[in-house]
Amino acid sequence: MNKYPAWLNTLVLVILIAGCLLALPNMYGSVPAIQIAQNDGVAYEEDRLQDYVDAVERIGVTPEAAFLQDGRAVIRFAAETDLAPIGEELKDRYGRSANIAQTLAPKLPDWIREMGLSPMSLGLDLRGGVYVLLEVDMDTAIDTRMAIYRDNMIDSLRDAEGLHRVELSDRVIRVRINSNADLEETREYIQRIDADLLVSENSDGQSLTVRMSEAQIKAREDFAIEQNITTLRNRVDQLGVAEPLVQRQGIDRIVVQLPGVKDPNEINDILTATATLEFRMVDQSGTEPGSRRYQGRPGEQAQFLKRKVIASGDQIVDAAAGFSEGRPIVSIKLDSAGGESMLKTTMENLKKPMSTVFIETRREAVRVGDELEYREIKTEEIISTATIQGIFKNNFQISGLRPAEAHDLALLLRAGALAAPVFKIDERTIGPSLGQDNIDRGFNAIKIGFLAVILFMVVYYRVFGLIADIALFSNLVFIVAMLSVLQASLTLPGIAGIVLTVGMAVDANVLIFERIREELSAGVSPQAAIDAGYEKALSSIADANVTTLIAAIVLFAVGTGPIKGFAITLMLGIITSMFTAIVGTRAIVNLLFGGRKLTSVPV
Amino acid sequence: MRLIKEKTSIDFLSPTRRKVALALSAILVIVSLASLATRGLEFGIDFTGGILLEVGYQQAANLEEIRGDLNAEGYPNAQVQRFGAENVVLVRLPPQEGNVDEIRDRLQTTLHSDEEGVVLRRVEFVSPQVGSELAERGALAMVFALMMIFVYVMIRFQWKFSAGAVAALAHDAIVTVGFFSIFGLPFDLTVVAAVLAVIGYSLNDTVVAFDRIRENFFALRGTTAEEAINISVNEMLARTIITGVTTLLVLVALLVLGGESIRPFSIALIVGIVVGTYSSIYTASATALMLNVNAQDLIEPIKDPSLIDDLP
Repeated sequence: MNKYPAWLNTLVLVILIAGCLLALPNMYGSVPAIQIAQNDGVAYEEDRLQDYVDAVERIGVTPEAAFLQDGRAVIRFAAETDLAPIGEELKDRYGRSANIAQTLAPKLPDWIREMGLSPMSLGLDLRGGVYVLLEVDMDTAIDTRMAIYRDNMIDSLRDAEGLHRVELSDRVIRVRINSNADLEETREYIQRIDADLLVSENSDGQSLTVRMSEAQIKAREDFAIEQNITTLRNRVDQLGVAEPLVQRQGIDRIVVQLPGVKDPNEINDILTATATLEFRMVDQSGTEPGSRRYQGRPGEQAQFLKRKVIASGDQIVDAAAGFSEGRPIVSIKLDSAGGESMLKTTMENLKKPMSTVFIETRREAVRVGDELEYREIKTEEIISTATIQGIFKNNFQISGLRPAEAHDLALLLRAGALAAPVFKIDERTIGPSLGQDNIDRGFNAIKIGFLAVILFMVVYYRVFGLIADIALFSNLVFIVAMLSVLQASLTLPGIAGIVLTVGMAVDANVLIFERIREELSAGVSPQAAIDAGYEKALSSIADANVTTLIAAIVLFAVGTGPIKGFAITLMLGIITSMFTAIVGTRAIVNLLFGGRKLTSVPV
Repeated sequence: MRLIKEKTSIDFLSPTRRKVALALSAILVIVSLASLATRGLEFGIDFTGGILLEVGYQQAANLEEIRGDLNAEGYPNAQVQRFGAENVVLVRLPPQEGNVDEIRDRLQTTLHSDEEGVVLRRVEFVSPQVGSELAERGALAMVFALMMIFVYVMIRFQWKFSAGAVAALAHDAIVTVGFFSIFGLPFDLTVVAAVLAVIGYSLNDTVVAFDRIRENFFALRGTTAEEAINISVNEMLARTIITGVTTLLVLVALLVLGGESIRPFSIALIVGIVVGTYSSIYTASATALMLNVNAQDLIEPIKDPSLIDDLP
């Protein structure tokens, strides 16, 4: 009685060894490292790595290890190495084509790394960093598209007779025609622009309502959010953050995580900034149709500018901030379409003034009664007006900016424009010192809690308690192993989940051991009591764990942020503890006591 | 070693004790609900929205001075308090007018967070919109978990047990949340997670007791439901208390060592587990008993009556 077949013992052993191996990468700690990723996201080849290592060695620092990981180059240094000068050197040399970030990398031996194993990834509350939840303004995304339709309509209906007016508001375009005109013909003109548009006749018989179809709206929203994610990734890459995360959440939200950023001021409003430029000719007469008056920055004159945009921010392919005659400037490079347009304009308008307009949308909270409402405030200011002195095309410079602004604007123009404005709705920054505090305290709590439980179990259940302790320890190893494999971020609530699991995992053993005691006091023989204890407690254990698992799954499914982190470790802990507490302890008990003549059970 | 003597026969469910327990539970629940209705909860910015800064100084911070500075900057409604240590200050503000980045910047300057020796430990901004969403999802999680559990217990046992289990869980959740209201403890997202963990834990306890009750309904023929339940609760007493002790051991470690930000979470769990242990002894079984649970409820109807003759 109480013998496990050899295969089951072997299985338990294999699982235990696998668990230890997967948890092993967490034993090595981290050292300073530099991470280099190519700007265009293309994976590195081996030979580029040597270039970087050579460059580092030239400034007199010897890397501890250098390797490629997920297409990025990672160069690892000895502990306490000052990364700042190395980072500067690499940035000077390769900064145009690569994103260079200072970070910490696990000090893994090569054989572990080559097996593809890695330690648990730490959440921002443990490693420090900034978490931002952005909301994409979908109304604006749709309205921008509708405005293009409106302009197309104005252009194509201009030739048609009897057009009275085209108006856009709240995603709807109303086309009004004169009483003598043909509504059907107008409808055809509109559908020729885009056959998917929904056109309906209004009851007055003189106007049409044009909407985007559900499918068009969905497509436009998806485009806006995808485009924004790309732009945000570019912006974040330029900040030199290692392992940034930019991810869609739900219909209209984007999560950005920037590990290692210490102060939200470092990223300022780079994420949400919409700053862009437009180039327009000055309407010197001030009477041309469609021209409009623009305010100037302090020191710049207000001007009437023509309706036609010569080139705009989305046509800028490269931008760099610099100084010219002590004033901040931004060097601009336009794409070919923008360049052609600029060439044509400058050829036709020599000695005439052209203005650079700086456009920015900001969101502000305004108190309305008891509620806060958000308003978008769009500023369009002329930052400079200059007379066209010669013909130019793709490359030129603009001035009229404040120094910090020039730097940010160049970054934003390089990274590309947002397809729709985004707004911060949740931003959390954890400083590195608090992160380290959280780690120290969390692990301390696990250690002490674990020791207390271990001690209690040995005192209370003697040899069986010791067996339960071994199971409890393997349970911890398994949780760590699972977290490492899944690469689910460990957070402070996650640590709390582990602590709770430690307390609760012994429950299964308590149930079993109490049952064995009951059987023994009922006069059952020792071997039979052990067997009955395990067998009879099983249904209680299963029921109890399934119900807790239900609670954990609900937490995971419905919860956000800290709740999710807690739910993950709780779920993992329940699953692994079922194995260690039932199968694991039974294997040891069977090995120690199985098949022997027992006069008593040390429980 | 034993904490509980080998065979207890405490009459947990005698009519008088049941009435006392019922009265105690009723008082706890009513006081909790009354406090929730009148005092409400000290919601964190997770739920209300707003701005929070945690700054570590080199010396003990002068709260009055900081309040004065913030007042002068135009933030008279800022809450300023120490956080865990003498030199760590937590500043909380309700949602503000204006641009977030600018406000945060100004607050950081006012608190000197960018100066030498001063450490910016934490900055959080939550918009009211996200706050109410998080609150909604937290409440939803709680209701949803209770529903799922009701269904599971109904499938595994029977509806009277389900009602008993859910009554016990609701009792635990209300009293735990009530505790936070009565003592004005900060209620944030981690506390919601803790309350849900309490639900899971207390259910664990309840289900284990039910399991034994079911077993004893069959094993101990001829006893009344009350006796059978009482024997079951007695038999599980050692286990209930020992698991409670080990769990409390680690939670006390977490409370003492885990740091300030995890404190509300630890308190919620400790309160919940104490209440949950009590409720799985009393509330759950007593509710099932009040609903006249008996052995018949658990016997699956035998489909073929001719089989009965073959049974020993």
